[in-house]
Amino acid sequence: MSAQPQRVAEAEPANAAPARVLGGVILAVENVSLSFGGVNALSDVSFDVREHEVRAIIGPNGAGKSSMLNVMNGFYQPQRGVIRFRGHAYHGMKPHAAAAMGMGRTFQNIALFRGMTVLDNIMAGRSLKMRRNFFLQLLRWGPALREETEHRRAVEEIIDFLEIQHIRRTPVGRLPYGLQKRVELARALAMEPSVLLLDEPMAGMNIEEKQDMCRFVLEVNEHYGTTIVLIEHDMGVVMDISDRVVVLDYGRKIADGTPDEVRSDQAVIDAYLGVTHS
Amino acid sequence: MHLLYDIFVSPFAQMVGAPDLLVQTLWDGLVSGVLYALIALGFVLIFKASGVFNFAQGIMVVFAALTLVGLYQHGVPAYAALALTLVVMLVLAFGVERLMLRPLVNQPEIILFMATFGLTYFLIGLGELIFGGDPKVMIASQLGLPSGSYRVTVARGFVQLQKIDIAAAIIASIMVVGLGVLFNRTRIGRALRAVADSHKAALSVGISLEQIWVIVWFAAGVVALATGIMWGARSDVSFALEIIALKALPVLILGGFTSIPGAIIGGLIIGVGEKLGDFYWGPLVGGGIESWFAYVIALVFLLFRPQGLFGERIIERL
Repeated sequence: MSAQPQRVAEAEPANAAPARVLGGVILAVENVSLSFGGVNALSDVSFDVREHEVRAIIGPNGAGKSSMLNVMNGFYQPQRGVIRFRGHAYHGMKPHAAAAMGMGRTFQNIALFRGMTVLDNIMAGRSLKMRRNFFLQLLRWGPALREETEHRRAVEEIIDFLEIQHIRRTPVGRLPYGLQKRVELARALAMEPSVLLLDEPMAGMNIEEKQDMCRFVLEVNEHYGTTIVLIEHDMGVVMDISDRVVVLDYGRKIADGTPDEVRSDQAVIDAYLGVTHS
Repeated sequence: MHLLYDIFVSPFAQMVGAPDLLVQTLWDGLVSGVLYALIALGFVLIFKASGVFNFAQGIMVVFAALTLVGLYQHGVPAYAALALTLVVMLVLAFGVERLMLRPLVNQPEIILFMATFGLTYFLIGLGELIFGGDPKVMIASQLGLPSGSYRVTVARGFVQLQKIDIAAAIIASIMVVGLGVLFNRTRIGRALRAVADSHKAALSVGISLEQIWVIVWFAAGVVALATGIMWGARSDVSFALEIIALKALPVLILGGFTSIPGAIIGGLIIGVGEKLGDFYWGPLVGGGIESWFAYVIALVFLLFRPQGLFGERIIERL
């Protein structure tokens, strides 16, 4: 049972060339190994992400998908291997440095600023974009005030885009789960990221919420050209919206290719699809 | 029967009978309340941004005051000494971030709490090593703080208002307003609140925890310096001051660990409460209840509002 996103209807066969033009490699994972004590979370994983594409990472539970995202934006430091972003190799990147380079992300277990309103959460997403003198901000005067207004406009645009106008003044702790997920996406978008890492953006949602989320993800991708790396469990969603899929199992890469290639790959069927697909 | 009369009737009769004494007691209570509030404020700042209960806040007050006086005694002009002390507090903030918080990042809060114990004893040792252990006199007049007092006539008597206490209240109000604006009106304030809510989310939007920690520890250092000057001007500057850090605990329980207005109101309630309690009900048990009465007030509050007066309401989705 899959949520049917818009794109399939528009672009007809899923394997037809997408309307967007994929660029070169923007982000590459090279021979990354990560272990916690004696547990190998990732073993020698390599793959790349091309600009403007939707790249999915799938795999059974415990395959190392979230670890992979955490390595990509610096939450975890891999023991071996590098992350290459726009051609530069990074060994020990800090998460806030990754954010400064243009990597936005959301979390599997929502990580919002619970005590703050939706608006403040999204404004916090623009922290890196605000550079005006902070004493001027204290006085709410001149260029600082103008800047604040500018950022508010950008944030309102995102709020409109994600259709969360009605909750902008609500503290996020009070929102239902599906909307919290959407606010988290909004906050990541406020960074105007070039790469967006989404950790199970549709987990725990009902069909309707999933369809909305699918639509938003695809619109972000098409509208802003944002490169998207997502982890998702819903096979229907993954096969429909991604350009390429990398499959992990027990911390190793077992397949990499278009949804059709992955779907017919024997190793993947054995490890994963064979079990969950009827 | 006699006891009930002593508890419920005679103190109030005294209050009505001698309004000047009542006003004086209230004033004294408010003044020590302001100082409790300032100390609690230092705790709240650090707790809000990093979830750490900073046991060292009390010793930071002593350390700041000692540095100020020590520099002056070594021939540095008063205002230059003040500026230099601020620099020392900034260096301390950087040091704490680099040597204590950064290596302990992602450790349980109790570990960080223990680390602040370590910091306390380190600062005591360092302070004694550099400035010696004997009490010093605060350079209040050299800093332009007023001395002497006003006499205000109330009813048939009069009330004495120390000028230094009035100055303390004014400076405390300015600091509170300043911090309120910082927290609620600026990008840095939003980042501070963000870090307080979720470290990983803050990191993911590009907020640097290191930078935020330096800012809050420096802000707490500035508050500590102000507290040290005010408190030092009323008694003297010695390590005994460190004990007042413990007075901040009932204030925090009352005001909530995360609320700046809570720290202020809590401080005033505790200050007034213990002075009134000591003056009117103290004689019943032979006096001297000031030192523990604050904790009783806090305990009673804890029964009815575990999150404090202004603490964030505990909302849990089930």
